[in-house]
Amino acid sequence: MSEHSLSERGAARRQMLISSAATAGGMAVGTIAGNASAASGSSNTWTPTPVASPSTPPFMMPLPTYLPKQPVSALNPPSSMAPVAGTAECGRPPHQHWADFEPKKFYELVVKEADHEFHPNLPKQTIWGYDGILPGPTFEARYGEPIMVRIHNQLPANHVGYGTPEISTHLHNLHCGSESDGFTGDYYSTTKFGPTMTGPGEYKDHLYSNCKAGYDNSPTTDGDPTEALGTLWYHDHRIDFTAQNVYKGLTGFYLIFDEIDSGNEIDPNPNALRLPSGIGKYDIPLVFQDKSFDSSGYMVFDQFNTDGLLGDKFCVNGKIQPYFKVEPRKYRFRLLDGGPSRFYEFYLTYNGVDQDFTYLANDGNLLPAPLTMKKVRLAVAERADIVIDFSKYPPGTSLFLVNKLEQLNGRGPSGNILNPGTQLLRFDIGSSISGGIDRSQVPAKLRDLPMINLREVVTTRVWEFTRSPGGWSVNDKLFDVSVASATPKQGTAEIWVLCVRGDWTHPIHIHFEEGRILTRNGVAPPPHERGRKDVYSVGNNEELRIFLRFRDYVGKYMMHCHNLVHEDHAMMIRWDIVK
Amino acid sequence: MSDKRDFLKAAGSLALLPVIAQAVTRFSGPEIHDGRYFSNAILQTHEGKSVRFYDDVLKGKLVVINMMYSTCTGTCPANTANMKSVQDALGDRVGRDIFMVSLSLRPAFDAPADLAAYVKKYGIGPGWTFLTGKPAEMEVIRRRLGFYDIDPVVDADLSRHTGMARIGKVAADRWCMVPTLSSTRQIVSTILGAA
Repeated sequence: MSEHSLSERGAARRQMLISSAATAGGMAVGTIAGNASAASGSSNTWTPTPVASPSTPPFMMPLPTYLPKQPVSALNPPSSMAPVAGTAECGRPPHQHWADFEPKKFYELVVKEADHEFHPNLPKQTIWGYDGILPGPTFEARYGEPIMVRIHNQLPANHVGYGTPEISTHLHNLHCGSESDGFTGDYYSTTKFGPTMTGPGEYKDHLYSNCKAGYDNSPTTDGDPTEALGTLWYHDHRIDFTAQNVYKGLTGFYLIFDEIDSGNEIDPNPNALRLPSGIGKYDIPLVFQDKSFDSSGYMVFDQFNTDGLLGDKFCVNGKIQPYFKVEPRKYRFRLLDGGPSRFYEFYLTYNGVDQDFTYLANDGNLLPAPLTMKKVRLAVAERADIVIDFSKYPPGTSLFLVNKLEQLNGRGPSGNILNPGTQLLRFDIGSSISGGIDRSQVPAKLRDLPMINLREVVTTRVWEFTRSPGGWSVNDKLFDVSVASATPKQGTAEIWVLCVRGDWTHPIHIHFEEGRILTRNGVAPPPHERGRKDVYSVGNNEELRIFLRFRDYVGKYMMHCHNLVHEDHAMMIRWDIVK
Repeated sequence: MSDKRDFLKAAGSLALLPVIAQAVTRFSGPEIHDGRYFSNAILQTHEGKSVRFYDDVLKGKLVVINMMYSTCTGTCPANTANMKSVQDALGDRVGRDIFMVSLSLRPAFDAPADLAAYVKKYGIGPGWTFLTGKPAEMEVIRRRLGFYDIDPVVDADLSRHTGMARIGKVAADRWCMVPTLSSTRQIVSTILGAA
């Protein structure tokens, strides 16, 4: 927080702290009473008292949508395989596959403080944003076209409050070298650097090779076409402070297109799917984030909560319960649960009745064929691409995207489905289509799945996620950023078995290649989970068997719970791909 | 009874209420979590000194705080030994710009002399202060620091008490945690990363 904003916010902050002290005081009384009761055998339980945010009438702001971020003509100084002495780049390992992927296209992304308005009833306030906006800009990438993104850290070193002004930007779940993956220990600022870095710096160059997994085996096709990803997101991954930094606003989308999913709904190429297209027009990323605000309307984050944070205000693309004016045609929406901790179950309602929608992709990966669904559940970091055809409804009417899943604490959803639930986003249907007719389509066949060859499997690793006293452990071990808990060999495949012991549901994210759920609790997963995934929601005593491959790169990667509060409390392992 | 928190009875009394009332009515000043949040309860150090929790222990410092009790035969011995190696690794920064703090989970039983004996037994050097105090006030501090378990049964079970260290750059109002049984390197890296 700058001096400027401190003075601006002084009076309001004081008011807020009075209110939070009152809340905390009430909490303490509950605490003692609850504990005393528990000790004497009562079922009375102590739960953290949520902060009640100010009233924010819904549907007062339009949904923010962005056109793609534009490249720059060149970087100055130019990017290089390894950092060059005398530049402001932090100390990082050299880019792998430099000869193959030396980029011709460049972007600059600036992480900085900026003012943001969540709702007209709340004051403009300081957030941290990529390019100063929440969500950050949307990247439009193409397979076969590597890009270099120079990510500047211009956060104030003297910041006061939650969030720490060092960054490590993870692009979830690009197939790229670990030096560009945003490893949790790879944080940097002009004055500080993480335990897995070699020096501080104002920026770090990220080489996003935009190749598909299997590149080394088939470089002429930029890897295996069935391994293409579509909906990715980038966010901060600074060790111990990921939840705080992401909550402050460090989230954005990165979309990749190829010949099939070409981003052109009138593509003459017969191989093109011609899904609803046009980033920010008919192809709309949606990030859902729940937040709490104090009585003066400023966003608050409980740094002393270790279970998971639940907000009582629901933001879509950074605005509380916005509306979106749509044309009577098909749209592609890319839903992302942006955390920090909440699970959602989304429904599309019209006049209070749940509607069908078309489900294209799980975790950004197109399924072999679309599914017709009435609901989709997302854990933190999971994505769902869906198509809604608004031409089925009368112009002038509205539909709602609704969350009906109850969640009372950081343990995970209760499982109860609430009716009517919370309307998160209103779609207002207009009367005409700007292009005249809707030429987009949802073909019966989307993208083939890669073959699973179990003969490639060289080992099976079991990962048990359990509570440690006050924190978390994996296989009864505590996180050490300097030690790899597994060292799979490049070019091999393994089965990873994910288990949760304890009454929690954890969205487990495995960096690098997309995996496949072979079985969920001994049986095939539901249809929408049969594609490629990178986040696996695992509940108490569940057991998922995942098929994973490790191709093209070496280096350090992570597996962690994507409840951002849990990952900041050691629910993480490092694993390395070795030659 | 030894498995249960012995302060519950005391904590359940009205003794706590004045602390809370004070926290609410006297709230003004700098815009960070301070004594109004953490409390400014008067605690006793293992050296027998009286200190105010926020003003004397936390304010303006980089603190590393964990919880223990002197007769613990569970995780405390290993936690303490590991944090001792962290203290050694940090060298003379401990007591200069990094301050280690251990709070008793059984303040009714941990008198300053008990804590002093504990400090001696583990060969703990200066810059690491062990604190005890009124049970109800220690309980408020434990909660405010986030050293509780969401499950009240686990929370009331002293044999499963927290194994986390709370790290705070108090002047910046920035806080994180690390397990006290993590590698020395990991804990040191977390502390220095928060500095």
